[in-house]
Amino acid sequence: MIETSQTLLKTCFADYHRQHGAKMVDFAGWEMPLHYTAGIVAEHNHTRRAMSIFDVSHMGRLKITGKGAQDLLEHLCTRKIAHFNPGRSGYSLLCNEQGGVLDDIIVSRFERHWLIVCNASNREKVIQWLQQHAAPFDARIEDETFSTAMVSVQGPKAIEYLDGVLPEPPSAIKRYHFQVQNYLIASFTVFRSGYTGEDGVEIICGKNVAQMAVNFLAKSGDEKPDGLKPAGLGARDTLRLEAGMPLYGHELTESIDPISAGLDWAVARDKFFVGSEAIERIRLRVPERLRLGLEISGQRIARQGTKIKNINGVEIGEITSGTLSPTLQKVIAMGYVQPEYVTVGTQVLVDIRGTDTPARVVALPFYRR
Amino acid sequence: MPSPSDRRYTESHEWIKTDGDQLIVGVTQFAVNALSDVTYAALPAVGKTFGAGDVFGEVESVKATSELYLPVAGTITAVNTAVANDPALLNTDPYEAGWLVKIKPAAADLSGLMDAAEYDAKHPV
Repeated sequence: MIETSQTLLKTCFADYHRQHGAKMVDFAGWEMPLHYTAGIVAEHNHTRRAMSIFDVSHMGRLKITGKGAQDLLEHLCTRKIAHFNPGRSGYSLLCNEQGGVLDDIIVSRFERHWLIVCNASNREKVIQWLQQHAAPFDARIEDETFSTAMVSVQGPKAIEYLDGVLPEPPSAIKRYHFQVQNYLIASFTVFRSGYTGEDGVEIICGKNVAQMAVNFLAKSGDEKPDGLKPAGLGARDTLRLEAGMPLYGHELTESIDPISAGLDWAVARDKFFVGSEAIERIRLRVPERLRLGLEISGQRIARQGTKIKNINGVEIGEITSGTLSPTLQKVIAMGYVQPEYVTVGTQVLVDIRGTDTPARVVALPFYRR
Repeated sequence: MPSPSDRRYTESHEWIKTDGDQLIVGVTQFAVNALSDVTYAALPAVGKTFGAGDVFGEVESVKATSELYLPVAGTITAVNTAVANDPALLNTDPYEAGWLVKIKPAAADLSGLMDAAEYDAKHPV
C-alpha cells in the first residue's frame, strides 16, 4: 500500500489544486499545495480576516476498533481519555519510554471505535507503535488515510458560513467535539478544531464523495471578498506559528519531552502510560531547556537551527521555527533555551547567518483571536 | 510569459541588462515564483566591489532565503532602495521596478551567460 518509489502520494483534491493555480511541493511523501495564486501572505491574511479551506488529507487517520481499543489508547496517550464521551476529541502526545515525543495527535471517541489523527510524517511510525503494543488489548488498527479525505475550514467567518452549508449547523458543536453528519449517501465527520488559532472545523469524509464535498463547501464562490478561498501549507505554517502551536519535526521530536515543550497540560499525572515514569522524573529536575517565543528585530527571518545566545554572546539554545508574522508584521520565532532565559522580556541575540540580531522573549501565543 | 530578450541570465536566476557602460542586475520571475512572497532584500552599499561569482546580497521569503550572486566582477554604483523598502516589488515586477543593483563592470563580456530563450528552455515558468 505504501509507495516506496519516488512517486508522490496524491490527495483526492489534485484537480482542485491545479484549477486554483497551486504550487505543489513534496510534503512527507505527499504532493501538497504550498500556496495558490494568491500567495502565502494573502492566504494567511484571508484566513485571519474571513475564512479559508485547507486540504489536510495527508494527515494520518487511524481507526482503532475492538474491546480493548480504549485501554490501548489509555496505555499510550499522555492525556487521560477514559472519561471521553462519544463525540469528544482531545489533543494528546504519544511518547517513548524515555518520555521523548513520538507524535502529537488528536484522539476522538466514536460510538463503537476510536480515531487517531496523526502527522503525515509519522503515520507509519505511529501505526507500528500501536501495533507493537496492541497484542494484550484486543485492539485492531485500520489505516483509513487512503480511503478518506480531510479538509479544514478556518477563520472568523467559517462557522457562520458553514451553518448555512453543512447538513447540521457546526455552531452547535462544542470546541474539541465532533458530530457525524449525513447528507444523501455521504457521511461527514465534523470536528470543531483546527491548527490556525481561528475558530473552524475539520471534516473527514469518504474518498468517493470528497470532490463533491469540496464543491459543496466552496459554493459561496471564491470571487466574493469574504468567500471561502483555498490556502496552502505555507499559510498553515505561518498561522500555526502565530498561534504558538508546535509542529512535529520542529518544536517536537523524539529527543524533546512534553514538559520541556510546555505541554504539561496534555500530560496526565494520575495514570500510567508509556513514558509516564520518565516524565515524572523529568518533572522533578530543572529542565535543560524550555520552549519559548521570540520577537526578533529587523526583517530577517531566523529559521530552524539558528543559534540563540545570551547578551554576552554565549550560546543558550536554538530556533525551531521562524517567520515574518503577516498579522503582527514582526519577525517571530519559537525555539528552546536554557530555563533561566525564558522570562518574558529577557533580551537575547539570534545569530542570523553570522549577524547577532537582538531579540526579546515574548509570551506564547504570538496571536490570540 | 517569456523572459525579456533584452538581457542575459545566470544559472542562479539573476538577470543582467546592459545600461550604457553599466549593468543592471535583478532576479528572474522563475526565482520569484520559487520564493513566493518576498519579505526582505539585503542589498550592498554603493561603492562596494565584488569579484565574479561573489554573493552580493540575499532575498528572503516566508519559506526560504536565497543568496544573490554577481555574475561579473564590478563595483556597485546604485542600489534600488524601493525594493529594500518594499520587497514585494520583486513579486509584482522583477524585471523593471524590481531591479536590485547597478554595477560598473570590470569587463563588459556577458557572452558566457544565457539568453532568454536558453534560460526559459531550462527553467520554464
